[in-house]
Amino acid sequence: MDFMVFQYPMITVQACLDGLLLGILFALIAYGMALQWGVMNIINIAQGDLVILGGYIAYFMYLYGIHPAWGVIVSPIIMYFIGVGIYKLVINKVVDRDLFISILATFGISILFMQLMNFAFGADVVLANSGYGTTMLFDNNVTLPNSKIFSAVISIVFAIGLVIYMKKSKLGRAIRATAQNSRAAKILGVDTEKVYAATFGINAALCGVAGALISITFTIHPYMGLPYTIRSFMIVIVAGLGNLPGVAMSGMGLGVFEEFADYILGTEFRIGAVFLLLVLILVYRRFKLSRKREYLK
Amino acid sequence: MKIIRIILSFISAVVILFSTSVVSFAKVVGDKIVLGAAISLTGKYSSNGVHTQNGYNMAVDRINSMGGVKVGGKTYKFEIIYYDDESNPKRAAQLAERLISQDGVEFMLGPYSSGLTKAIAPVTEKYGVPMVEANGASRSLFTKGYKYLFAVLAPANLYLDVAIDLAVEKNNGKPVTVAMAFEQDAFSQDVRLGVLDAIKRTGSKKVIDDKLPKELNDMAATLVKVKQMKPDVLVVSGHTKGALTAIRQIAEMKVDVPMLAMTHCDAAKLSKQHGKNSQYALCASQWHKTLTYKDNFFKDGMTYAADFEKEFGYDPPYQSAESSAALLVFKDAFERANSFDQKKVRDALAATNMQTFYGNIKFAEGGQNVDKPMVLFQVMCDGSGKCENKVVAPTKWASAKLIHPIPKWSER
Repeated sequence: MDFMVFQYPMITVQACLDGLLLGILFALIAYGMALQWGVMNIINIAQGDLVILGGYIAYFMYLYGIHPAWGVIVSPIIMYFIGVGIYKLVINKVVDRDLFISILATFGISILFMQLMNFAFGADVVLANSGYGTTMLFDNNVTLPNSKIFSAVISIVFAIGLVIYMKKSKLGRAIRATAQNSRAAKILGVDTEKVYAATFGINAALCGVAGALISITFTIHPYMGLPYTIRSFMIVIVAGLGNLPGVAMSGMGLGVFEEFADYILGTEFRIGAVFLLLVLILVYRRFKLSRKREYLK
Repeated sequence: MKIIRIILSFISAVVILFSTSVVSFAKVVGDKIVLGAAISLTGKYSSNGVHTQNGYNMAVDRINSMGGVKVGGKTYKFEIIYYDDESNPKRAAQLAERLISQDGVEFMLGPYSSGLTKAIAPVTEKYGVPMVEANGASRSLFTKGYKYLFAVLAPANLYLDVAIDLAVEKNNGKPVTVAMAFEQDAFSQDVRLGVLDAIKRTGSKKVIDDKLPKELNDMAATLVKVKQMKPDVLVVSGHTKGALTAIRQIAEMKVDVPMLAMTHCDAAKLSKQHGKNSQYALCASQWHKTLTYKDNFFKDGMTYAADFEKEFGYDPPYQSAESSAALLVFKDAFERANSFDQKKVRDALAATNMQTFYGNIKFAEGGQNVDKPMVLFQVMCDGSGKCENKVVAPTKWASAKLIHPIPKWSER
């Protein structure tokens, strides 16, 4: 145990800001997962691999001399079509089955993607340099890489854009209708097949954006997808299904929690602490539910 | 019709079975010495696996074209059977078993990484098959009492202790403060033990001792602590991911530290991926092409590097060089043993005392090479932003002078 983080106020500030910026990026990935989980009842294990694939798109742009920041526009477009393609090939066959089948199918897709990326891009760890520099705050005591700030801003822009799109557009309304009751939506003339494809595509596109941002702020590697899947899964679980503002909040909260756990318990317990939190929240939820049930009885 | 089909498929199954199992190699077929190797051609180690394979192939071609191996007055040529272990220890152990019991291989070359070597060593040991490995540096490989395992490389605990000594030397012999960040895997933890020994030996003090998780992509917390504690040396080891993440975040967070020492810089292509930001980083390396060791096959490091580049199109990382050296060791041992008896070859290997372009090779009781120190190079960039790795320690091979302390970010 090390409480250095509370002894120096500047470190506390730094940890909070680092956590927030990280959390916003994770929330974007979780956002896609929540959307698709809510609409199609599919838990996408390949979520992290889609993120990494999006990262490689930005990385290749960087290799060919294009600034990787453009990846946040190019990558989602390509990823949208990849998402729709995966839906047409695999997901549409499991979408009405039970959750276990979809987990199995997306797990398969995840392994396939890992191996294909390894085959196509090689097993080297790579990154794209944005050259954005650093913002210094509080007399140079707190440093914020501009690339992280850029990631957070872009994530927020895409998240807000998506919320507006879901509220205002025809497809957005159709998606929400399908999420509420797919049979009723079908009867009322919504082409649910199309809605599903679009939802999966939008999720992949969000992963594409996040991937491009990760290639700028962190590193990418064909086998690095799983931590992103797990984190977004956790964020969605904590927030509760269909609760998009909750996803944003729990994403940021988790980011800050992780950062503090890192300082206090040590880096090696960072992920462990997050898992412990997940277990506690699930136990608490169950406890609350059983109280409610008793009350209803 | 159905019966015919069943009979046909039965026959074809039998044929397939035979075609795979009957063709079995013996240790020496005609004028060939057949060596076996499980190599990571796919999976997460595939790039280093390919470097290893290229190193082996390069040495096989060179030795064969320069007269081969002379045993009992007859000349033999090397040949290697490769299998892809998919970067998976279990698979590697199975393949070792297959190479030995099915393919009849009696001499083995090592796989890539400490983890896979650890998986294979018990198998080769069980069958008494001598294995010369070039890519497993973990200390635990050499403390198990293996009799048939020989490593041409220096063990992991020697990777970064040179850096601590160097820092103390630069501090006029006075102890220094050290910040450490090591990944939680066998190799990095061995490197850590070596650094701890050096800290104890020099009377230095560790101020940060962080363990990085395997899925590391963010070490900002460690670096904030470094900014606060202002240590004299920051030591990082976390494979290529650790090296890349450290350099990126040190540059972004403008962390000023007088000395930064790491592992896996050349595998991470640090200077290529990070350019000027990687400048002044000290990197532990098994080998560097500018070292002046010599042998009759590759002449010296520079010639090796040039020949390698001509054949494979890239500058050889040390993983390739050490793999090539493994073949030179085998050739030397076969000729001294003057026999293909496994016990005799093993004894000849144990008595190895030679110089190769890669370094001196002499095995300790545990099988590790004790005659080849690690080198430290420093990334140095010129005005145009072109960066190069220059050896700075040990002083005997230094091709450039160590830049110390590292200039502050505000002055760069």
